[in-house]
Amino acid sequence: MTDAPIAAPGAGIGATGRALRRITGAAAPILTIVAGIIALWYIAVVPMNMHAAASQAERDGIPVAPDTAIARQELTGTSLALRNTGIIPQTFNQDRPRLPSPHQVAAELWDTIALKRVTSKRSLVYHGWVTVSATLLGFAIGTGLGILLAVGIVYSRAMDLSIMPWAIASQTVPILAVAPMVIVMLGAIGIQGLFPKAMIAAYLSFFPVVVGMVKGLRSPDAMQLDLLRTYSASRLQEFLKLRLPASAPYLFASLKIGIAASLVGTIVGELPTGARAGLGARMLVGDQFGQPLVAWAALFAAAIAAALLVGALALIERATLRRMGIAPA
Amino acid sequence: MSPPAALLIALAIWAAGWGLNVVLSRHPERRWVRLAVPAIFGLTLLLIWEHLVRALGVSGVILPPPSAIAARFASETSILWADFQQTILKGALPGYAFGAIAAFIVAIFADRSDFLRRGILPVGSFMAALPIVGIAPIFVKWLGNDWESKAAVVGVMVFFPILVNTVAGLKSADAMQRDLMRTYGAGYWTSLAKLRLPAAMPFIFNGLKISTTLALIGAIVAEFFGSPTVGMGFRISTSVGQLALDMVWAEIVVAALAGSAFYGAVAIIERAITFWHPSQRARS
Repeated sequence: MTDAPIAAPGAGIGATGRALRRITGAAAPILTIVAGIIALWYIAVVPMNMHAAASQAERDGIPVAPDTAIARQELTGTSLALRNTGIIPQTFNQDRPRLPSPHQVAAELWDTIALKRVTSKRSLVYHGWVTVSATLLGFAIGTGLGILLAVGIVYSRAMDLSIMPWAIASQTVPILAVAPMVIVMLGAIGIQGLFPKAMIAAYLSFFPVVVGMVKGLRSPDAMQLDLLRTYSASRLQEFLKLRLPASAPYLFASLKIGIAASLVGTIVGELPTGARAGLGARMLVGDQFGQPLVAWAALFAAAIAAALLVGALALIERATLRRMGIAPA
Repeated sequence: MSPPAALLIALAIWAAGWGLNVVLSRHPERRWVRLAVPAIFGLTLLLIWEHLVRALGVSGVILPPPSAIAARFASETSILWADFQQTILKGALPGYAFGAIAAFIVAIFADRSDFLRRGILPVGSFMAALPIVGIAPIFVKWLGNDWESKAAVVGVMVFFPILVNTVAGLKSADAMQRDLMRTYGAGYWTSLAKLRLPAAMPFIFNGLKISTTLALIGAIVAEFFGSPTVGMGFRISTSVGQLALDMVWAEIVVAALAGSAFYGAVAIIERAITFWHPSQRARS
């Protein structure tokens, strides 16, 4: 509500204090939200796991309020928890919880990322690499083809009119949903392993790059193009010295969308196809063989992978744009 | 037909279609040209597909020709319609509505406090980039095989893009405009209804449009992990098992049509509501 910062936050503090203030000022709200989410998660764990905890307590000879499992089935997890407050702590540390608690997931993540050998089949680094390598290969193919097509579209009116409507319309088609089937079909004709997943990843990063890159290559205005014409620049020079540099911010914006889409595509491609390695495979294995911790750890590992990939691109973007003088140093 | 001859004919079809487009696109200012050129391009690709599959004798188990897909589509409309109802009308749409309303309420809360907004915006945009669809197996296990689990997956998937866009939109009204509202003596809710909500509409619709595709993806993918014996995801996975690829493609056509129709419907509503926005006026 402070539209006019007469006394801006940190106005009276020195330069280092201000910098510190800025970092904590950005981090504090984020940390609060994250803490809130974790707190909600812990609260949700209790009713989700209460029935299992009550049954376990009954087997251990601890009195439970409705003393038969059938009677307990009638109650919701919340009311069961309210009647048996004594066994609530046990909901947080079950072996096979319906909803694992945050510290269990964190422990599983630490165990499978840091403590397992990278080559082990139980290491999430191993599975993560299977997924990320397919993602990166597909992303590279999709981005390369996307940039080429964008150049074609900008310089050929026939390509523009023919392809652009399809490129835009293709964004509304839930093609990701049939990704597993594409992998099954390619598997049926003998193409297996990295390549089918990479094709899905390539397809998904392709169109965001085309659309963003076309916008970027067209971003120089008439004045700038006229200036180059007065220099009697050739079309190649116009492309290299004006259009290509001008497209960089647009390209990076699409790259960040594209790599996130590629990763999702690879994971969905691994999910229901019986893949043995990869984060998607871990999610499914954990779910089907009653190891919810494995599934949840894979889910969070996928989140970490996405954050690392997008973060890496953001760093490259900042360095490049700074180097080019587009972003403030 | 021998493969070289088949390829030669395919090239001829391509050259004819492309040549026609090159000629037509010399007059891009004509409205019918803008419609005809992409249509010809699509038709050319379909023709080449049909021709190559037939001429080279590609098995229908690998790639059925478009005509077979169309025939399957026409003969199985009742099954396709039942799948559409189960997946889109029962799974995707309720989940989409639920996720959008939840996102909207949280966004209003976030908007009331600058602190909350600075927390929710980065966390939300981080969540929006995550492969949330991975929760599908977990949700199917929790909520059972029917449409409830699909709607829940869809709700979570569409929540974050809509939330981030709504929060960003609600602060898009600039300081001058907000000052003007204050000089009118408008309170929080009045300025929300008269200024900031209308100003946020282009952002909100951006989120809503992105989420239409996500909703269909979530609903279909969740069906791979358990569903009643009806639904697009169910049909796709069982048809692949039976090697009935023409049925798989027919479902893909349904998904494409449903996706475009859903997106188009949201875009039409957007046009009616944000008619004042430059991006909408430029077109007419």
